[in-house]
Amino acid sequence: MKYLDEYRDPGLARRLLDELSAVATQPWRIMEVCGGQTHTLVRQGIDELLPAGIRMIHGPGCPVCVTPLETLDRAMAIAARPGVTFTSFGDMLRVPGTHTDLLSLRARGADVRVVYSPMEAVRLAAARPERQVVFLAVGFETTAPANAMAVLQAARLGLRNFSVLVSHVLVPPAMVTLLEDPDCEVQAFLAAGHVCAVMGWREYEPLSARYRVPIVVTGFEPLDLLEGILLAVRQLESGRAEVANQYVRAVRRQGNPVARSVVSQVFRVTDRAWRGMGPLPRSGLELTEEYAEFDAARRFDVGRLHATEHPECIAGAILTGARLPTDCTAYGTRCTPRTPLGAPMVSAEGTCAAFHAAGRAPTPRSAS
Amino acid sequence: MTLDCPAPHHEDDRVLLGHGAGGRLSAELLGSVLLPALGAPDGPLEDAALLPGHPELVVSTDSFVVSPLFFPGGDIGSLAVHGTVNDLAMRGGMPVALTLSLVLEEGLPLSELRTVMASVGKAASGADVPVVAGDTKVVERGAVDRMFLTTTGIGRRLPFMRPTAAGARPGDAILLSGPIGLHGTAVLSTREGLGFEADIASDSRPLHRLVRVLAPLAGHVHALRDPTRGGLAAALNEIARDSRVGTEIDEARLPVPAPVAAACDLLGLDPLQVANEGCFVAYIAASAADAALSALRSLPEGCGAARIGEVVPDHPGRVVLRTLVGAHRVIDMPLGEQLPRIC
Repeated sequence: MKYLDEYRDPGLARRLLDELSAVATQPWRIMEVCGGQTHTLVRQGIDELLPAGIRMIHGPGCPVCVTPLETLDRAMAIAARPGVTFTSFGDMLRVPGTHTDLLSLRARGADVRVVYSPMEAVRLAAARPERQVVFLAVGFETTAPANAMAVLQAARLGLRNFSVLVSHVLVPPAMVTLLEDPDCEVQAFLAAGHVCAVMGWREYEPLSARYRVPIVVTGFEPLDLLEGILLAVRQLESGRAEVANQYVRAVRRQGNPVARSVVSQVFRVTDRAWRGMGPLPRSGLELTEEYAEFDAARRFDVGRLHATEHPECIAGAILTGARLPTDCTAYGTRCTPRTPLGAPMVSAEGTCAAFHAAGRAPTPRSAS
Repeated sequence: MTLDCPAPHHEDDRVLLGHGAGGRLSAELLGSVLLPALGAPDGPLEDAALLPGHPELVVSTDSFVVSPLFFPGGDIGSLAVHGTVNDLAMRGGMPVALTLSLVLEEGLPLSELRTVMASVGKAASGADVPVVAGDTKVVERGAVDRMFLTTTGIGRRLPFMRPTAAGARPGDAILLSGPIGLHGTAVLSTREGLGFEADIASDSRPLHRLVRVLAPLAGHVHALRDPTRGGLAAALNEIARDSRVGTEIDEARLPVPAPVAAACDLLGLDPLQVANEGCFVAYIAASAADAALSALRSLPEGCGAARIGEVVPDHPGRVVLRTLVGAHRVIDMPLGEQLPRIC
């Protein structure tokens, strides 16, 4: 298959692994920021094939996992109302809120629907003027342009029955938070290719220089990841710290200017709480005042709804790469994809779910 | 930095869509509610059951609620015939007769009903099986979604052909009769208007002729399973569990058509968990594997047959995949098909 088989070739993978072994002279710790990359690494077993000493730390880049609990509770509160058609990407439906999830709400009669694009929700609103159609707009910079386009389209059509519950998050502030942590072990980053396809990598350059950390913009196929790791290790071995682009087939330094301008027209940067990491300054997007009428939190008056989290699982430590899923006492027993205690076990991109799907066994514990 | 996460309360007093998806949730519903009520004996859950007192006969029943009714490569009518014919074939049964039950929604256009019934007739004659009895019910608008079909089939087993979910043995070769992922992605793409319809059509087809070409090797055919809901991942896990054997599969040898791989990549689906309606997985004694592969490839519907792995003496009950880059990972039983109402 053109542009797919080439990046899954076992022979080329072996050559990259051999090259990595030849280049690496000491242990290095590299974080892949994106959950999609975590999934490929674990699914293909790449992290277990790396030369001894090269350790991958799985980052916070799963938009489902970092969506704050109160956003989910607000979503449930809106979805449970009569006259509301609540739409979302499929992977948000099973994420547990404080008391329930959207799938269970649907089983109880709520009109909850999976859509594959926010434009679908706009079309639904246009076709069903008697219902309030709400779209759950979550994700990183990757999904923000399409969600912004949906708001613009709804405004153009004059739809009074369409709104979005926004919980967008931005990658660079999370990287800064990790790097500022005195316990941070990350020596290099693989940046998410699809985020950079929108945003480019200019904002990563000062970050790389200030913290002396190599950042490699990387794709999602097995060979992309192996090559990204190799480029990062080469920089580490030679004492360099720059932004490099492994994902040349999709990413330019300036990103996608049209997409970026649509995002900045509809959204503005705001402080945002990340599930498991807490509030991070200027790390999210919210609707600008011009488009505030499309804010579902405001329309349904759920903005004051606050959720209380209590320490049952170590999602925060997992999302920051401080711990592995297999370190969690609940992993694989009380916490499974069937009965997830936390978001990283729900989403296909969650680190815990990736480990569980690949059959990784819990860390053996003494009986003490 | 806070490091906490909530422990939600789980709903467990309602039927969820996932309970009908052929994965873990389905097994839980069967084990906790359905089978105990029927006093069903323990043992493997087969695609078709032996008829008490008639060891040469097998019986199977299946309901069809696919949405949309029509999709590239088939419709609810042909699917209802093929689904039950294939369940019989997985026990070595050639179809003798079918019954057909219809539940129709008030207001359904008769033209749609005629089209579906024509398709049932064509599929049944194509599979050389008569529809000998049936029933029709009409319910008020909204009580069903347009039409639901139920087919029951009786099959006569080929001589010495005794495949069972508990029959796989260490050393067996695992063959797959054709490519995977077509049906689920075709139905999803049509239902959601995703635009893959031009490249992907359902593989819905009868499989009993493919099983029949294995008849000369009957004693070597240990287990057969058509990977419908839950996909190949569920089928391999069910056989590994019921036969108490380990399984090793080679990712590089899995026949995943390029458009299916592309659609699954785009949608975040695993082709191993996507439903199929026109292929089966066969556990064959190693000595007969090459002959079986040649036999399958001798028919058009088996031209894409491949040897995808083997049964191993280690890790009983577990399915392990050798990944493209040479590592190993466990293929777990899917929690539930990610695509409801695909059959």
